[in-house]
Amino acid sequence: MGALRQTRAAGGTVTTDPTPDTGTLDVAVWRGDAAGGDFARYEVPARESQTILDVVTYIQRRLDPKLTYRFACRVGMCGSCAMTVNGKPRWTCRTHVKKVAENGRLTIEPLKNLPVIKDLAADMTEFFDKWQKAEGRFHGTKTRHDEVARISSEDAQRQEANLGIECINCAVCYSACDVVEMNPDYLGPAALNRAWTLVNDARDGARVERLAAVAGDAGCHNCHSHQSCMTYCPNELNPTRSIAGLKRATAKAALKGEI
Amino acid sequence: MNVRLYLAQRISAMVMAPLVIGHLAVMIYAVQGGLDAGEILARTQGSPWWAAFYGLFVIAVAIHAAIGLRVVVHEHLKLSGAVLNLFTWAAGLGLFALGARAVYAVTAGG
Repeated sequence: MGALRQTRAAGGTVTTDPTPDTGTLDVAVWRGDAAGGDFARYEVPARESQTILDVVTYIQRRLDPKLTYRFACRVGMCGSCAMTVNGKPRWTCRTHVKKVAENGRLTIEPLKNLPVIKDLAADMTEFFDKWQKAEGRFHGTKTRHDEVARISSEDAQRQEANLGIECINCAVCYSACDVVEMNPDYLGPAALNRAWTLVNDARDGARVERLAAVAGDAGCHNCHSHQSCMTYCPNELNPTRSIAGLKRATAKAALKGEI
Repeated sequence: MNVRLYLAQRISAMVMAPLVIGHLAVMIYAVQGGLDAGEILARTQGSPWWAAFYGLFVIAVAIHAAIGLRVVVHEHLKLSGAVLNLFTWAAGLGLFALGARAVYAVTAGG
């Protein structure tokens, strides 16, 4: 155990850091931009309770202020802090160092399958563009003058939609997807999962258009069901299941001549 | 891969599955009685039923395998567009030609 860290608070009183050092982490962080880069090594104090985002923040605030990364909520809601940690895509704000460090070592890289802006910040543009290409927008059919749609929580279609709606757009699944890696045009698990939740939303008025949008050359039929999206989704969603649903729905629509 | 190729591959698989089982079952049954190759050919040659059986299998294989190979070369060799379509047709027609030649040899004449 390292010594307790003592800091001087604003009022001049000396306080004891509640999370004492427990050694040192050897952290390799990818530094660079779209043109290329390399790993830089940092020594970071290990704490009893510490997330990967804590480690990155420590490096940026104490060791290298030029380090670029992205975060917002710090509590697993906004989906902005995902990075590749020891080779696997993770939401860093809720990934504890103890769970993923290998002999005190961490390797932190930007998300795979996305262009790099700088250091650990990936360019999410194509990820969100694909949401639009998959018709990931709600197309309402009512006006403010109509009655609110009544949908039972017991409704089977609603329950199917509920299985996918907790997506936080973190792009962990997109980064983990082997098909995206091999076929960069592929819409990817997050966009297709979103499309499936809307296909099952009884209030939506663009079912056929959405099925057509996900049935093209870059659509749901490219999925090989490797299930990496399901394996790494931090919210334990199952995009593979959603994509299988889209495959069935688009096949039926094609046989009926709707798309 | 789009929905039409997906349907073509799944439907061709559904066609192939019972034909493969039928082929294996008849093959095992036929050799139980000690039939040799000549005796089997004597039964298949001139038979429109066996020609239809294996002809349908060859058509299903040509469609199914060509689409599968299309996916492999698209993902691993990065072929796309007209080149990818050309490859798919060439693979399908090539497999059909090879299979049709074998079906002809086994079921024609008699």
